[in-house]
Amino acid sequence: MSLLTPDFGLLFWMLVNFLIVFGLLAKFGFPVITRMVNERRDHISKSLQAAEEAAKKLENVRQESLAILDEARVQQTGIIKKAIADGEQIVRSAQQKAAEETEKQLEAARRSIELQKEKALSEINAQVALLSVDIAEKILHRQLDDRARQESFALQMAEEAENIRRKRSHKR
Amino acid sequence: MLSIAAFALCAPLRAAASEHGGEKSEEKGLAIGDIITEHISDSYWWHITTWSERHISVYLPVIVRSDNGGWHVFSSKHLAHGEPYEGFRIAEKGAKHEGKVVAVNAAGEAYRPWDISITKNALALMINSAIMLAIFLSVARWYRRRPKNSTPSKFVCAVEMFVMDVEEEIVRTSIGKDYKRYSPYLLTAFFFILINNVMGIIPIFPGGANTTGNIAITCVLALCTMVAVNLFGNREYWREIFWPDVPLLLKAPIPLMPLIEFFGVITKPFALMIRLLANIFAGHTVILAFTLLIFITAKLSVGIFAGMTFFSIVLSLIMNCLELLVAYIQAYVFTLLSAVFIGLSRPEHHVAKKQG
Repeated sequence: MSLLTPDFGLLFWMLVNFLIVFGLLAKFGFPVITRMVNERRDHISKSLQAAEEAAKKLENVRQESLAILDEARVQQTGIIKKAIADGEQIVRSAQQKAAEETEKQLEAARRSIELQKEKALSEINAQVALLSVDIAEKILHRQLDDRARQESFALQMAEEAENIRRKRSHKR
Repeated sequence: MLSIAAFALCAPLRAAASEHGGEKSEEKGLAIGDIITEHISDSYWWHITTWSERHISVYLPVIVRSDNGGWHVFSSKHLAHGEPYEGFRIAEKGAKHEGKVVAVNAAGEAYRPWDISITKNALALMINSAIMLAIFLSVARWYRRRPKNSTPSKFVCAVEMFVMDVEEEIVRTSIGKDYKRYSPYLLTAFFFILINNVMGIIPIFPGGANTTGNIAITCVLALCTMVAVNLFGNREYWREIFWPDVPLLLKAPIPLMPLIEFFGVITKPFALMIRLLANIFAGHTVILAFTLLIFITAKLSVGIFAGMTFFSIVLSLIMNCLELLVAYIQAYVFTLLSAVFIGLSRPEHHVAKKQG
């Protein structure tokens, strides 16, 4: 059967063809491709490594900057807190001072009022005493003609004096 | 595969087609066997299609050397219709050397001259080789020209993917240490078979030749693997063949084991040759048979004809897809087995013990 007997002509052409293809591709084809692919693979892996390192460095830088930022933020809050505290302190001390001052002034005013009042009272007392002596003199002059009247008057006076004294002590 | 296009074109011209398919086809039906045989075997011209009873063919040069020492080169057109030319003719059906160019010697007997005609398969091989060279040399040229950090085009990427896949998965895993020495041969074999297989499936002109389903072609490929295996086999390999680790009686008086081992040296490439041939040959035959189903049933009722046409188209579609898979698998298997045989021809001492 001719299907299973190789034909010489075709054997010849196949051999020629295959050897030419093999020769050309073995020299200029496949080794070039595989070598270049391997080179590129190395290049890519190296680049990837470099990129990874760069990313790591970048990450470090980022961390550092974050740390710096954090620190700054802490400082900022500290400063603000301190400022607020200082301000409050100032206000408080000012208020205190003002209150003290007011108290002092009030005290002085109160004392002077008290003084004035006592002065006026003693003046009034003196006046009242003078007046009552005058009145008493006049009344005495007019009424104490007889003996009986003198006695009842004296008693009355004593009683009144007693009342006044009590009243006063009561007031105090 | 040619037939799929060819017959699709000339469906109404069945008579013409059958006339061409085999000159001796009966009036009644198609000579299926003849048509299939014609399309899968080699030929002195490349029949493209038959249109209105005219054969459209590419006639190829016939190169023969007669017994009296002269070379004759002429177009196969002169032989196409069976008539002799310059003392050569194509042997008729049933005769010795059927379908081949024969000459007549002084005694009046037909004999086969030295024949290196560029036949259909030879031309297909050249076309496919040209395609292969174009693909890989252009890719290699791209690599040589560009700096390594430029991006390859999609085509270069695709080729690169195939090449690297074969080299990594087949060549390196099977051969091991110094695979680089063999990888150009194995890559060439892989892509040579793949391109020829795929071109064989394409039914129109530059494709469609049954190259890898021809024994001459698989024979050369298998011989190349045989050379690669045995020429570079190391001492350990030859020792395992002629003085294997078996009881002395099996190898001393009668070299029984060495004989078996030596037989293995021949059967391995022989199996490679037959496997590739049979797979591709069978694929072509099955697709042709399904396609011809249309023309066989055309004589029957319209219903059966329509049904079988549909059936046939679906089946040949499936078969074509399967053949595409087979085209890759057979290239893969041939390369893988070649790589494994090469790997076995370079055993190292401790590995050899384990395998023995």
